[in-house]
Amino acid sequence: MKLTLKVWRQKGHNDKGSLVEYQAKDVSPDMSFLEMLDVVNEGLIKKGEDAIAFDSDCREGICGMCSLVINGKPHGPELGTATCQLHMRTFSDGDTIVVEPFRARAFPPVKDLAVDRSSFDRIMQAGGYVSVNTGNAPEANANLISHHTAEKAMDAAACIGCGACVAACPNASAMLFVAAKVSQYALLPQGQPERAKRAMAMREAMDDEGFGNCSNEYACEAACPKDIKVENIARLNREHLRAMICSDE
Amino acid sequence: MTLKLDGKVPEGPIEKKWDNHKFNLKLVNPANKRKYDILVVGTGLAGASAAASLAELGYNVKVFCIQDSPRRAHSIAAQGGINAAKNYPNDGDSVWRLFYDTVKGGDFRAREANVYRLAQVSASIIDQCVAQGVPFAREYGGTLSNRSFGGAQVSRTFYARGQTGQQLLLGAYSALMRQVGLGTVEMYPRREMLELVVEDGAARGIVCRDLTTGKVESYAGHAVLLCTGGYGNVFYLSTNAASCNVSATWRAHKHGALFANPCYTQIHPTCIPVSGDHQSKLTLMSESLRNDGRVWVPKKKGDKRSPETIPEDERDYYLERKYPSFGNLVPRDVASRNAKQMIDDGKGVGETGLSVYLDFSDAIKRLGLDKIKEKYGNLFDMYHHITAEDPYKVPMRIYPAVHYTMGGLWVDYNLMTTIPGLFCLGEANFSDHGANRLGASALMQGLSDGYFVLPYTVGDYIARTKLEKIDGSHSEFARSEAGVAELTARLLGVQGHRTVDWFHRRLGKIMWDDCGMSRTAVGLESAIGQIRELREEYWKDVKVAGSADDLNQSLEKAGRVADFFELGELMCLDALHRKESCGGHFREEYQTPDGEAKRDDQNYSYAAAWEFKGVGKEPELHKEPLTFENVHLAERNYA
Ligand SMILES: Cc1cc2nc3c(=O)[nH]c(=O)nc-3n(C[C@H](O)[C@H](O)[C@H](O)COP(=O)(O)OP(=O)(O)OC[C@H]3O[C@@H](n4cnc5c(N)ncnc54)[C@H](O)[C@@H]3O)c2cc1C
Ligand code: SF4
Ligand code: FES
Repeated sequence: MKLTLKVWRQKGHNDKGSLVEYQAKDVSPDMSFLEMLDVVNEGLIKKGEDAIAFDSDCREGICGMCSLVINGKPHGPELGTATCQLHMRTFSDGDTIVVEPFRARAFPPVKDLAVDRSSFDRIMQAGGYVSVNTGNAPEANANLISHHTAEKAMDAAACIGCGACVAACPNASAMLFVAAKVSQYALLPQGQPERAKRAMAMREAMDDEGFGNCSNEYACEAACPKDIKVENIARLNREHLRAMICSDE
Repeated sequence: MTLKLDGKVPEGPIEKKWDNHKFNLKLVNPANKRKYDILVVGTGLAGASAAASLAELGYNVKVFCIQDSPRRAHSIAAQGGINAAKNYPNDGDSVWRLFYDTVKGGDFRAREANVYRLAQVSASIIDQCVAQGVPFAREYGGTLSNRSFGGAQVSRTFYARGQTGQQLLLGAYSALMRQVGLGTVEMYPRREMLELVVEDGAARGIVCRDLTTGKVESYAGHAVLLCTGGYGNVFYLSTNAASCNVSATWRAHKHGALFANPCYTQIHPTCIPVSGDHQSKLTLMSESLRNDGRVWVPKKKGDKRSPETIPEDERDYYLERKYPSFGNLVPRDVASRNAKQMIDDGKGVGETGLSVYLDFSDAIKRLGLDKIKEKYGNLFDMYHHITAEDPYKVPMRIYPAVHYTMGGLWVDYNLMTTIPGLFCLGEANFSDHGANRLGASALMQGLSDGYFVLPYTVGDYIARTKLEKIDGSHSEFARSEAGVAELTARLLGVQGHRTVDWFHRRLGKIMWDDCGMSRTAVGLESAIGQIRELREEYWKDVKVAGSADDLNQSLEKAGRVADFFELGELMCLDALHRKESCGGHFREEYQTPDGEAKRDDQNYSYAAAWEFKGVGKEPELHKEPLTFENVHLAERNYA
């Protein structure tokens, strides 16, 4: 396949960026999107040009490091798929593909397609944990947790922290990310002692980082590579309300 | 000065060693702990668990990782599960059996005392992770589920769908984030450690490059922990993440830390086969699939029929045939070597003939589609994404791929390297798996090292050692910083014709062909020559674009590949010197009449720890003899 790429290039945080056109030749349908970019980059390097910077690591859809907005969609056109698992067979010969970074106030640009998502880590620092020191744990089977509850908690815990939900949201809200974490712990007995405090603290941290509010657009769910459901947002809202009215934590 | 390797294994019967040792370790007064700075490099299971636990104890901790967030360390990708001797299924497991299986699985090339301790603390790991809210799979009655894994006849593997590593790492990461929030840990993401700083013979700091600004920075501390993972990417194609590298441990090796058993490499039997030259990585299909999938090839050579049209009696379920008691669950090295044999015999399947079938049709019939979906859904989806074939309908095609490196920095029982104050944890050290690691044991080891071993042993070091206060302005740091800047300038300065990836692919091919699944003296000698030539060419003809002072991923890679060249040579030397076959190290000259690995316990029952003497110079071999007082040395037999 032969493709035309329009890629966002931006030297650094304070520089102005723009879309630059590149030709990608000899693209195999079995390549992943990032492998296609690797080939383009090898060509650029040989010509002595600076390669296109983009983040990736595991290249199997689990580390959450890859990003990219491809033809207007975070992680590209295929549902439930991270960019690193998007294969070129999704595109056709002769296509023009526009590649941009995840954009949000709380994800400042680093270079080209790479952005800084450390705001997610700071939200986690505010309450995304169970306070249990090493050595302090009871016997693992002392608390029974139903199969159904464990599976539901696992559904929420599957979030890879990629930020596509934020990039897709017109308000750049991080509600789906926060809701996934709050839900995992709210569902499990281990999460109960800090349940109210956690919901309040993580939401507050989200606001402080400059993420927007949720106005029920559901764009987050559609972009999420791990199929995290918006029902988690409803749960987060309930948790937050519960914390405000009846918590003595 | 000749170096004497002392494993510091405590006295006493094996069941008592760790308890006795803990009692004898010196403690640091709680009020004093915050006066000590500990540098932790790496945030995988080993690094994140150690950093969080040390901070909980009161130390001042600084943590570094390459990725933009500590949550993205390569441990996140582990799929299948984590072992622990809980014996919940009541099927005869015990600390002793886990110990025994691990020593045997490692083909009797691990230090007994370390392995026993690992088995001993394994149960506490599960307790800790459950308390953190890790959503392990559960039975309908609410208790934890277990499954079995290769190399074991009991079900002792705990799992969270096919995302066990992710969930365990997020547990450790959340503990780490809590400490960052409390101000006890300072987190430095997008940093690459490029130099170890040794002062008065002790590890006192590191020099990093800030990967976004290119700034070279120094950090001083009282102890340094390398938790930097494995070096499988020396083969270019592996199941490892793109940034996995050897640079941190290699640069420590150049400062005097011995590197042990570098040739012990694990080739995982169930990976998605290579599809073309563009390929940047290989994807693992968890070994747990071998619980329900049956491995086979057509009996006839070159049989190109599609799998469903090949009748039962024309299929060779070769693992079940050759190893009736373990069947499809033989250890990884055995499964990989057998796949290679079938393919070398011309029985491989798929377009390239470079794969074997892993077939779920019987399991789907027996358990139903829903059950298989629940157990392996995400793995099947992943396979489907990559190959565009639906494994619910046609058998998966699999081929072995480089997956794990058992070798690493030599450490004593306290996980300290031969440089005082430099500790090494997780996959980066050489310790517990001998010549072959059993499935689901790496996660166990990483967390054992980080949660339950190191927090004790680092305290002992600090309590016993008088360390002057130093900071990054000390002259040794300036020297190291200059060295790092010079190396960067050198890489950018070559301005040759070929990309880093071009060289890396070449190196990988040499390693795979001659230091991979099976090795010969002739092949290894030729590989060493080829690596030396290619390394020289690298420094004359590599082309790195961009600058030193912003995010430059090709520059990062260039430094890592430079270290891989030196490591690759050492791996071949180690493989050449070990004139026996054991575990993942298979020398064609040394095999039993049935083609199994043949050890030579008389002459090679030791850990080979190499001392660096200069690039291209012969390294010096030090031997740590391995004695087996508790497990009877025997030929590994899985028939
Ligand atoms: C696909 C796959 C599946 C697996 N499945 C299983 C399984 O089911 N069960 C099991 O037990 N094991 C499994 N393993 C093995 C296991 O995942 C790893 O051995 C283990 O997670 C390694 O953990 P670690 O903490 O030692 O290192 P890693 O998780 O690799 O972490 C390394 C850390 O070091 C950092 N780092 C590296 N170099 C530098 C540097 N120079 N400067 C700064 N930071 C640096 C990285 O950023 C990262 O944070 C699997 C491995 C793979 C590849
Ligand atoms: S909720 Fe989905 S889109 Fe958002 S960070 Fe998690 S995995 Fe990514
Ligand atoms: S690179 Fe890890 S999720 Fe895409």
